[in-house]
Amino acid sequence: MNPFAVEVSNLGRRFGPVVAVENLNFSVERGELFGIVGPDGAGKTTTLRMLAGVLRPTAGDARVCGASVVRDPEEVKRRIGYVSQRFGLYQDLTVRENLDFYADLYRVPRELRVSRMERLYRFSGLGEFQDRLAGNLSGGMKQKLGLCCALIHEPEVLFLDEPTFGVDPISRRDLWILVHEMVARGVTVVVSTAYLDEAERCDRIAVLDRGALLAVDSPARLQASLGGKIWSVRADDLPRAQAVLRSLPGVRRVTRFGDALHLTLTDPQRDQRRVIDALGREGIALLGAEEVEPSLEDVFMEMTQNRP
Amino acid sequence: MSGAGLRIRSMVRKEFRQLLRDPRTRMMIFVAPLIQLVMFGYAVNTDIRNTATVVVDLDRTAESRALVDAFGASGYFEIVQRSLRSSDIARALDRGDAVVGIEIPHGFSRDLALGKAAVQIVVDGSNSSIATVAQGYAARIVQRFAAERVPHWAAGVDLRTRAWYNPNLESRVYNVPAVIGVLVLMMSLLLTALAVVRERELGTLDQLMVSPLSPAEFVAAKTLPVAFIGLVDLFLITAVAVFWFDIPMRGSLLALLPAALLYILAGLSFGLLISSVSKTQQEAFMAMFLFLLPAIILSGFFYPIRSMPLPFQWLTVLNPVRHFLEIVRAVFLKGEGIGGLWVQYLAIGLFALVAIRAAIWRLPRTIGGS
Repeated sequence: MNPFAVEVSNLGRRFGPVVAVENLNFSVERGELFGIVGPDGAGKTTTLRMLAGVLRPTAGDARVCGASVVRDPEEVKRRIGYVSQRFGLYQDLTVRENLDFYADLYRVPRELRVSRMERLYRFSGLGEFQDRLAGNLSGGMKQKLGLCCALIHEPEVLFLDEPTFGVDPISRRDLWILVHEMVARGVTVVVSTAYLDEAERCDRIAVLDRGALLAVDSPARLQASLGGKIWSVRADDLPRAQAVLRSLPGVRRVTRFGDALHLTLTDPQRDQRRVIDALGREGIALLGAEEVEPSLEDVFMEMTQNRP
Repeated sequence: MSGAGLRIRSMVRKEFRQLLRDPRTRMMIFVAPLIQLVMFGYAVNTDIRNTATVVVDLDRTAESRALVDAFGASGYFEIVQRSLRSSDIARALDRGDAVVGIEIPHGFSRDLALGKAAVQIVVDGSNSSIATVAQGYAARIVQRFAAERVPHWAAGVDLRTRAWYNPNLESRVYNVPAVIGVLVLMMSLLLTALAVVRERELGTLDQLMVSPLSPAEFVAAKTLPVAFIGLVDLFLITAVAVFWFDIPMRGSLLALLPAALLYILAGLSFGLLISSVSKTQQEAFMAMFLFLLPAIILSGFFYPIRSMPLPFQWLTVLNPVRHFLEIVRAVFLKGEGIGGLWVQYLAIGLFALVAIRAAIWRLPRTIGGS
């Protein structure tokens, strides 16, 4: 059996003269929780839509569950589940009618339907609302119903396009619990997100920025790739401090991080002294400094800010 | 049943569920047609009844009084003022107290005996349709009156107009069948366009396109329920027209049905086309009226096509509403069969064909996403 649920090779898509994504190459193993991480406009949705067989690539190909999205998108659609950013529910149908409708579309046999619905109701907590109109559910519940509708045919691979976009923190947490449960049941999940705390929950992530793939690895290894600790420095004039430190020998990277600068130093012992001296010479007051573990955000900032 | 058949069936079931669940849609499908029908049956009436009339009788004889009574008894004219001065007619018409003025000249009874009597009828032409009809009625009353009194009058030039198919020239008989054409088109256009655009607005269209449902299946499932509702409306309106308004149905429903099917098909396809250029339901609504209003005005529903400027007359040839109204009126009032209406059939068929082609060409770009 093919160990990969998704294999992407040289995948690209243009809209007229605009390149949405280009030269994507990565694979997702069966049973993996895989994240596609990037800021708005990075090409996450375009990528997911191509993988789901609804958007034709203009370059390359991808195999999803062994089927090519270019040659056999219909087979791809049958084997996957897809939840778009704003999952469309029929507001004027009840929870049960929505589920029934998708079960019909995917031709879920009658005898399997009852047990599956029971399980989805239990799993999502929607059981007590089954006769309520979808339009009358709360935002988080709607999202869960969308997820259940995409799961009723038990897809091998589930694509989630920013599932927690605009969802309250509690529902967000619940949704991730559901995602982990699905992975535990053996479903391969590919999820796109702009939130790095969510990216950290993934087994591996693909970092996407302005249509280009910057890295594919586990969050831990990406963090390790920055090499050692980060020195977080707070000063009273951050923009000027950043300019000064950028040209200082021994400082490999300077990244603005909220009210602090995150520095990667060649030799922490020696270079911390240098930084303090340099700021003192420029008359910039040092408000505080500490060593921190590099976060995924550091990785991300590093990759996207230092790109040409 | 094949996979496609099963998917279409579940989609159609969902469509009906949604259409019939929403009280507003339910109203639109079943109540609105009846309201319009009642409006056209009762309110929109170009017949004249009890038209305010001023009479100036300068003759003042038994004959002249009998003529005035004949006007009053006809039911078409209501005498609101009698006078002995000719100038009162102009004043009454000016002030709007009366729409019609009748002046019986001095010596009317004498001339009547000689067979050359004349009566002057003045009508307020500012409403041309009432004026024309009132004039016609007045002329008929005078003629009948003269023929009864003077036996040899008839021996002279006897002008008798007879309106075929609608002998009393009742506007209702003409209007009510035409309502079918307008309503059925409006239903098929609007329901199709809204059904598709609503899915886009809700985001469910995206969800359907990642399911095994193909664009062709989607279109089939969207249009079948609308076609069905169009036919139900057709029967509903026909039944009310025949049994409530006593509109004669001289032809066969079988001559009407194929035309209705083609016509609904044309409406559906045009609705799909509208849905392909509209992002929201409001846009679809606007686009629909952009098409519907000219189509109705250029259909011969209210205004005769013959009296339009020539370029507009040519334009009406492209208008499916015009052809369908001709079919409906011919089947209802003349009892015409398909054989005599093949030109209209052909025109609607061609329109449907072009609209379907255009919709098939446009739709995948808008619903497929690729």
